Amino acid sequence: MFTSNPFAELSDVISPAMMQGYIVVMILLVMGGTILDMMHKKSAQYFFENAKKAKKSAKREVSGGEKAAIAASVLAKEVLTSGEFSNPRRRLSHLLSMYGFVIFVVTTALMIFCYPTLAKPTPTILPALWHIGALMLAVGGYWFWFAIRVDVAAEGLPWFRFERADLFILSLLATSTFALIWSFTGGGVGIFFALFILSSTVLFGGVYWSKFAHMFFKPAAAHQKKITRADGSRENLPPDYDLTDPEVQRKFPDIPMYMGKNPQKMGLCIKAERANHY
Amino acid sequence: MPTFVYMTRCDGCGECVDICPSDIMHIDKKLRRAYNIEPNMCWECYSCVKACPHHAIDVRGYADFAPLGHSVRVIRDEDKGTIAWRIKFRNGKKDMELLAPITTKPWGSATPNLATVPAPSKEMRDSELLFNEPKYIRMDEGGLHTLESNGLEIKEGVQY
Repeated sequence: MFTSNPFAELSDVISPAMMQGYIVVMILLVMGGTILDMMHKKSAQYFFENAKKAKKSAKREVSGGEKAAIAASVLAKEVLTSGEFSNPRRRLSHLLSMYGFVIFVVTTALMIFCYPTLAKPTPTILPALWHIGALMLAVGGYWFWFAIRVDVAAEGLPWFRFERADLFILSLLATSTFALIWSFTGGGVGIFFALFILSSTVLFGGVYWSKFAHMFFKPAAAHQKKITRADGSRENLPPDYDLTDPEVQRKFPDIPMYMGKNPQKMGLCIKAERANHY
Repeated sequence: MPTFVYMTRCDGCGECVDICPSDIMHIDKKLRRAYNIEPNMCWECYSCVKACPHHAIDVRGYADFAPLGHSVRVIRDEDKGTIAWRIKFRNGKKDMELLAPITTKPWGSATPNLATVPAPSKEMRDSELLFNEPKYIRMDEGGLHTLESNGLEIKEGVQY
């Protein structure tokens, strides 16, 4: 079961062409939903206007090489390792669900397009990865849903209360859960297959209403944030002062007067302990 | 100067919701981003500004020191023990930077170690004085304390 391709077994009842057509429709729905989302929220317009404004208050020009280095660091830190999360639990849960989702979606597409029938044997690695991906997605997702989600962790609301903002995580969880149950109950056409298809259609078809499109916007936003740090505009934030710099000490005489010429490190303060009301 | 959240910078982590002593930082139900639900009730403690890992929370300056459309941004650097402000007017020409110490000793180093202090006597327990109350605010020895009687003097400029 763990090493058999559930879609090839399904090909007796549903033609491979229909399954492949479904994947293509889902891709089109994601593209359409993302474009509609961008037009409705005007996020792209805001992004470019903001970038233009930041460029106006830039203190130095960022070269092409620097931009490439920034893009590489965004890829390594924000995209591949979810480095933008300061909460390590949230980062780990995001990594589990992100890689789980990617593995799950890619192996689904590979199995449906490359090994659609039992006539062409599927390498065992693909269904194994498909199950592992769905499991990772479920583990990361349920951990987020029950313990890390801000409504539960910070607002103190019960886990079963949900809003429209939860459409993405709920449809992700439903897709991975019903996919696993469908596979473990022998595959074929049945109630779990119907629920699997329904939840994945909601996931890919609900992009306009859900947070799905964040995976396309986040890297661009992280790149722009790092550009503002490099060009000195810093989104209007104060500079990162070096307290031992004589120029800084001359400009702000309170620093040497109260802290000395070589101020010591003061430690973590409020970051020493995580606030938790509940 | 109440605080507000830039929703495009917020990632909905909930740090500000946890730390707000006035319980007015909450998460928007549709966008899952933080916002100040009642700026009138803001104590202006800036705990949320300090706690936000993405610098997504800003201060809305009063109109008597910065005209509308300004930006007041602040970074409280615990490790350096400083607070840095940047106030920028909407025309971009007035761009002020301020930097001040917020501590001169490592955090927590001035917390009294009660285990090493002898237990209070009955008389001390019955007294209206607090533990470790600074002598400058005490009235029980030699009358009212003044700067002069304590050998202090006022310095010109901002007092800390």
